[in-house]
Amino acid sequence: MAEIRLENLRHSYLANPGADEDYALKRLSLTWQDGGAYALLGPSGCGKTTLLNLISGLLTPTEGKILFNGRDVSHASPEERNIAQVFQFPVIYDTMTVYDNLAFPLRNRQVPEAEIKSRVTEIAEMLELTSTLSNRASGLSADGKQKISLGRGLVRADVNVIMFDEPLTVIDPHLKWKLRSKLKELHQRTRRTMIYVTHDQTEALTFADQVVVMNLGEVVQSGTPVELFEKPQHTFVGHFIGSPGMNVLPCEVNGGKAQFAGRTIAVDNGAAATGKGRTEIGVRPEFVSISRGGLPAEVTRVSDAGRFRIVETRCGGHMVKLLVKEGDTVPEGQTHLVFDPAHTQIYEDGWIAGAKP
Amino acid sequence: MSLELIDITKRVGAETYIHPTSLVLPEGSFNVLLGTTLSGKTTLMQLMAGIQSPSSGTIRFRGQDVTRFPVQRRNVSMVYQQFINYPNFTVYDNIASPLKVAGMSAAEIDRRVGAAAELLRLQPMLKRRPSELSGGQQQRTAIARAIVKDSDLILMDEPLANLDYKLREELRDELPKLFAGRNAIVVYATTEPSEALLFGGNTATLHEGRVTQFGPTSATYRAPRDLTTAQVFSDPPINIADVEKHGNKLKVFGDESWPAGRAAENLPDGRYIFGIRPHYVTPLPVKAKTGEIEGRVLVTELSGSESVIHLSVAGKTWVSQSHGIHPFEVGSQARLHVEVNRGLFFLPSGELVS
Amino acid sequence: MNKTVNNRAWWLVLPVFAMVAFNALIPLITVVNYSVQETFGNNEFFWSGTTWFKQLLHDDQFIDSLQRQIIFTATVLVIQIPLGLVIALCMPRSGPWVSVCLVLMSLPLLVPWNVVGSMWNIMALPDIGLLGKGLNALGIPFNYTRQPVSAWFTVILMDVWHWTSLVVLLCYAGLVSIPDAYYQAARVDGAGPWAVFRYIQLPKLKHVLTIAILLRFMDSFMIYTEVIVLTGGGPGSTTKFLSIDLVQKALGGFDLGPAAAMSIVYFLIILLLSWLFYTLMMRSEAK
Repeated sequence: MAEIRLENLRHSYLANPGADEDYALKRLSLTWQDGGAYALLGPSGCGKTTLLNLISGLLTPTEGKILFNGRDVSHASPEERNIAQVFQFPVIYDTMTVYDNLAFPLRNRQVPEAEIKSRVTEIAEMLELTSTLSNRASGLSADGKQKISLGRGLVRADVNVIMFDEPLTVIDPHLKWKLRSKLKELHQRTRRTMIYVTHDQTEALTFADQVVVMNLGEVVQSGTPVELFEKPQHTFVGHFIGSPGMNVLPCEVNGGKAQFAGRTIAVDNGAAATGKGRTEIGVRPEFVSISRGGLPAEVTRVSDAGRFRIVETRCGGHMVKLLVKEGDTVPEGQTHLVFDPAHTQIYEDGWIAGAKP
Repeated sequence: MSLELIDITKRVGAETYIHPTSLVLPEGSFNVLLGTTLSGKTTLMQLMAGIQSPSSGTIRFRGQDVTRFPVQRRNVSMVYQQFINYPNFTVYDNIASPLKVAGMSAAEIDRRVGAAAELLRLQPMLKRRPSELSGGQQQRTAIARAIVKDSDLILMDEPLANLDYKLREELRDELPKLFAGRNAIVVYATTEPSEALLFGGNTATLHEGRVTQFGPTSATYRAPRDLTTAQVFSDPPINIADVEKHGNKLKVFGDESWPAGRAAENLPDGRYIFGIRPHYVTPLPVKAKTGEIEGRVLVTELSGSESVIHLSVAGKTWVSQSHGIHPFEVGSQARLHVEVNRGLFFLPSGELVS
Repeated sequence: MNKTVNNRAWWLVLPVFAMVAFNALIPLITVVNYSVQETFGNNEFFWSGTTWFKQLLHDDQFIDSLQRQIIFTATVLVIQIPLGLVIALCMPRSGPWVSVCLVLMSLPLLVPWNVVGSMWNIMALPDIGLLGKGLNALGIPFNYTRQPVSAWFTVILMDVWHWTSLVVLLCYAGLVSIPDAYYQAARVDGAGPWAVFRYIQLPKLKHVLTIAILLRFMDSFMIYTEVIVLTGGGPGSTTKFLSIDLVQKALGGFDLGPAAAMSIVYFLIILLLSWLFYTLMMRSEAK
């Protein structure tokens, strides 16, 4: 168990990096508490896998330090760091039984067999693998194999952090639910520090207490799921988190008031707005509703998502999406929209107005 | 004017991949095949395409028997989960390849490739090779190649599965628009119920080589013919309980008593299987007639805007998905409300009754 | 995976069938014919039944060359397979040295078989050859034309030089196809190099090794050219392997019948052993 601190971490795959764009991971400082559940979320190529490999020790940082409980491990090997990792594609030792797979990390560390037995039995029970312990691991389904990968991390009492690299990629949706909640349950039971890397916002938000959103090698926002949802610091976060993402509409800002489609829109952070640069209004589809008065809009498309419908409208020359609960009526053609002022923000050059630069 | 599968089956050795199946896919329709891995989606598509021929049964296209026609004689395009393009061709040549094979004039090819590239927003990349493209762009190229030749049948086998979440969302949004106004029959295989819902059109649910139901997506989702269909078409999984109806009361989980409500009003007394989707089970009191369940909290998953609570109720796992943040302590007892009126009642044999 | 059914495709393999029939099947049938016939030349043949087969079982020369053959094949397999594997493990997985290593490794495979024989013939000459002269200079008596041990040593060395590369290349191809995640997981699990080899590399190389052993078995069992050029089967008949014996019988003695019977037995031995070996490997896989 450890607190993980990243200090001015930078990484480049080039031998002599110069310009900023040579860095796959731009300057980054972060502290992760012992026992927390964290997620690194971002699109392909955003640097999240680089960061993961730096923490696990598969890569050595170009600059900066990685500290586990205050100890500098920047140059330590993965073995020395005592971490465990679950990969995108299940890694199992084909020739071994499930039991031997789970015992493998302990045997490598010369743990006495009696202790191995009690640890493996305990973890197998937690993962619901008890009945398969004596089977060959290669015969298991993808989710079973992924559980073994995870189990090999959990059996070790000395693990500082367990890392997941898109672990549900090869799992069918109906099993994804089970495995995902299993991970969460295991975290809640064992209170190990866990870091979960994914491009899937649902997985990140449901798993983690704290989500780090990355884009183009930089951390765009780090916060709780609620913060990310309700107050995205950047339009990228607004777009990337939420399905569908936040509506981002160009607006004019005059004296702390936002003007869109010729009307004044009540916003949450008007006082902080300077009106400089590219100004936009950000409002999530969840906080747009249909009303008698308000912005005139035309419904262009309705798609069913089961428990709600996604309604696309044209409003002031832009597309505005909103969600309507199952069972509520959606008007056809012309209608009016209102934005919830508490959840409508002004963004300046992409960043939320009033955010610290 | 459609593709008809009449009692087709597929057996290989002792194994049956497809049990007798009959489907009619109208021209210009968007059809989703929904089922888990190995439920028979890919085999069914290959039978439609003529890549495999059925062990028995007939396939008709526009009234003509095409059962024994190989894929070359059918006007078919396919898009796969893997991004399959010619690695040494530019994007332009990749999209143009089926047209060149068909011996079309250069001017016509140029016009069609241009149109397809515009639809899929590939114009800036036309001179690049697939290896210089992102995953999303590679798959757009494959889709462009599938639509460029005016195929009668376009088959897509989990085309978005290998893409990032957001790219998936983007393409999922665009796909139905691409096919609107075309005559082609589109068949789209997916493992994700949410994808099927968003596409609309028709959905066929598959389970172990059988089509359990085929019809308009919304109807299949809201009125599944049987328990299997409801389970295939539910994400998160549908909650199940055995209930016993006595007059206007339902006995559930031994000691709970629920009002029978509208859904079960006209059912004769007896035993049923009650199924309810997770978003009708909520921690918030609801106005409609509700029942209650109590169980031990296994996990709570809190996304930014909603809560998913996994409960253990009398040995069964129930899932609740609700708006807002409800941080239940793991291991604690929780009481949740069940909108009984929104539930589905099945006979013990699995058939839907209400 | 399911395969496409398209009956027209058969026409495409027809030429190959014709070729194989011409090259293999027709000669094989002829050989089967010969094995049950007796001839005294003049193209006159008589029925002889199983005479030749019975005779073969009591033919000491055949039994001896079969024993030699088995010892030779076993020895080269025992040396080449582990050696090839070790070399493959030592080769770099990336960087500029990869292509250098691969070219070096392919070289012996590119040399024509008779040239290999000649090369080692010259190399092993006790008076002027690098190997022969060198060994003698070190005080090790070496003369492959006189001493059976020297002859065997040279033949095995030659075969190891010639064919270990094949095992190396096969194993190398197998090794580079193991995903990185396996190595990373092993490091994270604290596995040492031996455990990595034992539990990751070896299991993943199983199919490749099966193919390598099968190929090397069949090839070494049929060795002819290199040995004939190097030792001619001598000194005496100490390096006379099955194929040499066969050719001598068929062409030298013009004993077509016994030679035909012998080739059939020879063919059946290879077929049987290959099949046995393959099924055993596959069965342990299934378990």
